[in-house]
Amino acid sequence: MINVKNLTKRYVNINAVDNITFNVEENETVGLLGPNGAGKTTTMRILTCFMPATAGTATVAGFDVFTDSLNVRQQIGYLPENVPLYLDMRVNEYLMFRAKLKNIPRRERRKKIDYCLDLTGIRDVQNQITGTLSKGYKQRVGLADTLIHDPKILILDEPTIGLDPNQIMQIRQVIRGLGEKHTVLLSTHILPEVEMICDRIMIIDKGKIVAMDTPANLMKQLKSSSNVILEIKGDGGKIKSSLSGIDSVRSVTWKEKEDANEFYVEGSGEDDIREDIFNCIVKENYILREMKRQPITLEEVFHQITTKETEEVSGNA
Amino acid sequence: MRNVSTIYQREIKSYFYSPIAYVVISVFLIASGFFFAGNLQFWQEASLKGSLDSIQFFLLLLTPVITMKLFADETKSGTIETLMTSPVTDFDVVFGKFLAALSLYVVMILPTWIYVIFLTIFGNPDFGPIFSSYIGLVLMGSLFVSVGLLISSFTKNQVVAAVIGIVSLIILWVIGFLSSYGDGWFYETLRYAGTFDHWESFTKGIVDTRDVIYYLSFTALLLFITVRNVESRKWR
Repeated sequence: MINVKNLTKRYVNINAVDNITFNVEENETVGLLGPNGAGKTTTMRILTCFMPATAGTATVAGFDVFTDSLNVRQQIGYLPENVPLYLDMRVNEYLMFRAKLKNIPRRERRKKIDYCLDLTGIRDVQNQITGTLSKGYKQRVGLADTLIHDPKILILDEPTIGLDPNQIMQIRQVIRGLGEKHTVLLSTHILPEVEMICDRIMIIDKGKIVAMDTPANLMKQLKSSSNVILEIKGDGGKIKSSLSGIDSVRSVTWKEKEDANEFYVEGSGEDDIREDIFNCIVKENYILREMKRQPITLEEVFHQITTKETEEVSGNA
Repeated sequence: MRNVSTIYQREIKSYFYSPIAYVVISVFLIASGFFFAGNLQFWQEASLKGSLDSIQFFLLLLTPVITMKLFADETKSGTIETLMTSPVTDFDVVFGKFLAALSLYVVMILPTWIYVIFLTIFGNPDFGPIFSSYIGLVLMGSLFVSVGLLISSFTKNQVVAAVIGIVSLIILWVIGFLSSYGDGWFYETLRYAGTFDHWESFTKGIVDTRDVIYYLSFTALLLFITVRNVESRKWR
């Protein structure tokens, strides 16, 4: 549904998007993952015809974004990053305005608005002025607007940013539901979010695609973190010295908690050090209350992917 | 054309949701009423000529206040992004906004007809010049609105849009006067470019096609530049 080929967007002295190529199939949900300034928003703005690319081509639903922009815009629903709304209009009125603008026939407008009000759970606030709504509700009004003309393709720029945990869950559920019948391209910088809702992840950094795969494959590829967090009851100093004695442990830091100590153990290699720790604890007869691996963070993903690439490059040379 | 009307309706509503429409209209009516009374007392004449010349100055100050938000506000709040990624052309947006601002302008000058009623009660005014003056006012309004609209599309700050708009209209008004300092093609061009000369013939009861064309073509040119400027986000 979305075909992007050698797309480049050049600002005065930097390439915001640098020669990227990717495809999104019908009814696929693809997550665009990257740090701030990676080129996620720029890519989306090009696909939604807000700005054209410097070089390369992009087609959305078979229409070229540059030459056939009106057709493209009829097919997409776009939720920009900060969800801009006309703050002096009521929710109903705003959606009616957007419905007209998106060429929905007169007699279908009310039905579509009602459907979107229910889907995004904003029926209660339909007569409120959008300026008085909380961030979460504004986000949902924006999402309702995105869905109102039942577009084939949804392009969502950070749809869960600034929401409270409950709202994040709800919005994610809505998006996952939509993903079954729509092609979705969404951007985020929250790793668990893409794992949960996306069929495919595309990691983008400094305008370039650094990785593109299914979440499962990507996680498999990535070396999991070898750092372990422990909670052990007993004399902290003694435990620390015995933990430091393990060969595969590089360093141990600890702090006292109410009735136990929390240890942060860094492994020296990339191997799993949990078994070594377990053996040590059994041998010394400590009371272990908790052992968990430190979850992998987006920073580490980037670090691993970007360093892996440089290794490959230097290896080839 | 349906998109033009959708955008037109939203802009009109937005004027009356915000205090802008009420403030601008009341300021205008207070000022114009004051000048109508003053002129009538001074000239003791059943005509609008003197009052309309003074009123013109207030239109010059107030029209940019009407137009200042049209694009500046959309750019600042980011709604330009949702608007321009909807299936509408840049022309639809520009023309819809232009018509909305022009309508508010007409609503603003309509109540001045009450002065005409006063004149007919207490005197015997010549209706020819009065009708032609109102045609002139509307044509001049379309020029003023398109100047303000263009300037609003260059900035995201409404105050800047209003101030530059007022200054531009004042310049447009006074360059005509400079033509009295000399002869030749240069001064002749200044005279033609200034709004005042064209306005004056309307107050005399003359609807000259040259003046009508001046206002309409100038408006069309400015709207064209505005469309191009809105598009320019694409090639900047």
